[in-house]
Amino acid sequence: MMFNETDSVLLEKIADIKGGEIKGAYNIRKDSGCASRATTENIDIVTKTDKAGIDIIIKPGTKNEVCHIPVIITQTGLTEMVYNDFYIGENADVTIIAGCGIHNCGGEESRHDGLHTFYIGAGARVKYVEKHYGDGDGTGARVMNPQTVAYLSEGAFLQMDTAQIKGIDSTRRDTKIVCGKDAETVVTERLQTHGAQTAESNMEIVLDGDGARGQVISRSVAQDESVQIFYPRMTGNARCFGHVQCDSIIMDSAKISSIPAITANSTEAQLIHEAAIGKIAGDQLLKLQTLGLTEQEAEDRILKGFLA
Amino acid sequence: MLELKNICYSVGSQDTENSIINDISLTVEDGRLIVLTGPNGGGKTTLAKIIMGLVHPTSGRIVWNGQDVTDLGITERAQLGISYGFQQPPRFKGIRVRDLLSIASGKKLLPKAEACSYLTQVGLCANDYLDREVDASLSGGEVKRIEIATILARNSALLILDEPEAGIDLWSFSKLTETFGQLHEKHDSTMIIISHQERIISLADEIIVISGGKISHRGAKDQVLPNILANTYGCCPVMK
Ligand SMILES: Nc1ncnc2c1ncn2[C@@H]1O[C@H](COP(=O)(O)OP(=O)(O)OP(=O)(O)O)[C@@H](O)[C@H]1O
Ligand SMILES: [Mg+2]
Repeated sequence: MMFNETDSVLLEKIADIKGGEIKGAYNIRKDSGCASRATTENIDIVTKTDKAGIDIIIKPGTKNEVCHIPVIITQTGLTEMVYNDFYIGENADVTIIAGCGIHNCGGEESRHDGLHTFYIGAGARVKYVEKHYGDGDGTGARVMNPQTVAYLSEGAFLQMDTAQIKGIDSTRRDTKIVCGKDAETVVTERLQTHGAQTAESNMEIVLDGDGARGQVISRSVAQDESVQIFYPRMTGNARCFGHVQCDSIIMDSAKISSIPAITANSTEAQLIHEAAIGKIAGDQLLKLQTLGLTEQEAEDRILKGFLA
Repeated sequence: MLELKNICYSVGSQDTENSIINDISLTVEDGRLIVLTGPNGGGKTTLAKIIMGLVHPTSGRIVWNGQDVTDLGITERAQLGISYGFQQPPRFKGIRVRDLLSIASGKKLLPKAEACSYLTQVGLCANDYLDREVDASLSGGEVKRIEIATILARNSALLILDEPEAGIDLWSFSKLTETFGQLHEKHDSTMIIISHQERIISLADEIIVISGGKISHRGAKDQVLPNILANTYGCCPVMK
């Protein structure tokens, strides 16, 4: 399958795929169709028959494999709802790179809604990376509403990294992760909004088994008139440890709300929440200017570091 | 050459005006090492910030190498070779030690060997620190030494260091005084060090005592230092 210039830009932004070159298993979804797919001995990808989406089946014990499943939308007015299910075998150790890029040059809304569900077997380790990106100079909105649900069996580990850096006009992200005995999850979220964009993130981490651990590290920057709302929730039902850390930089006339909830249903649950919203510290800007940067360069550098 | 001409700085409104710097004039010749010392609240940091452009004087002029820089911004002064190591350096989430040194040096990515040499000069083991973020996880003395390393990386013609010794352990401190001594011997840069430390004061060509926003005493170290140590310049009149 040949990709044009627009596709290549999107694929590189969301999946670090350069020049259409991909190693390992992959499935590229373009404008609601399957543009290209490859499977390996250990990773199978099967199209769903009852609804849009795919099943990704990873054999127990699979080590060091990477699976790419990017979605790109280049048609204005296209909206879709996709269901992807991931079955990760016991003791596997894999990286899954998902992402959605929308290029909207027209006047109608383009929208991708996706529900990703992970069933992670005992002792398996998964790194799940999700990037969102939008471009195109049309007036049509670029909208994404990703949902992620993950069930971690005993001793499983899920690292989830999500990033949405500009370009998406409206997003509502829902994440739910349930950790069984000795399972651990680390979620990092990076969000930057500008213009009149809105972003909402609902997150629910349930620490269900003894020895479960959960960590959420959220960093965001809101510029111009954009609006961000965070609802991080952490529930401890057993002897567990949970830590939620939300840090935001607010600029211009943006608005940010962070509404955390920590719930303990066991005396052995230890849950911590930290949240801070503030503008860029004046002495940081001044310091970088004394090192020779202009005020604008200093601001850009601070934001780049903060969202790195 | 740095010339300060009748620098005054006050805060507050007309009826509650509070004078912080009160008519300071000073000339620092190229290649000299000057130590500013004096009681807490005397106005040393304010004067340093006025030279860097972080604070604007109420009146007076600042002339650097013959150019009046009083109305120039911080960035422009930095580009003209003025640098200032903060008394209390800020911390940055997500900016690493190597990034900060690179920004200071003006290079995109400072070669590892060069970055290491600046850290070594302030007594830090480069391998442990290059990739650390300059955030709240660093100790006070570590942040302070990284701050001095970034000033060294600027290779600037005028170095102003604000209490470089603060919070620094004895071993690193002797490394630091050695570094300042070597820099001064090369005579490539002019140094103004704000300090309360005898070992640093003894490196100076000239010591300037600032008290109550004025220069109260100045002179060579063998003149001024014995008087400071003997406490003949007096202290707080209320406490006495
Ligand atoms: N913006 C300001 N508003 C009010 N007072 C100020 C302001 N800036 C400085 N001051 C006051 O001016 C005086 C001089 O402060 P400065 O920080 O220059 O002292 P310093 O000599 O560096 O003291 P130290 O040895 O404690 O570092 C202090 O009394 C300080 O409280
Ligand atoms: Mg001071």
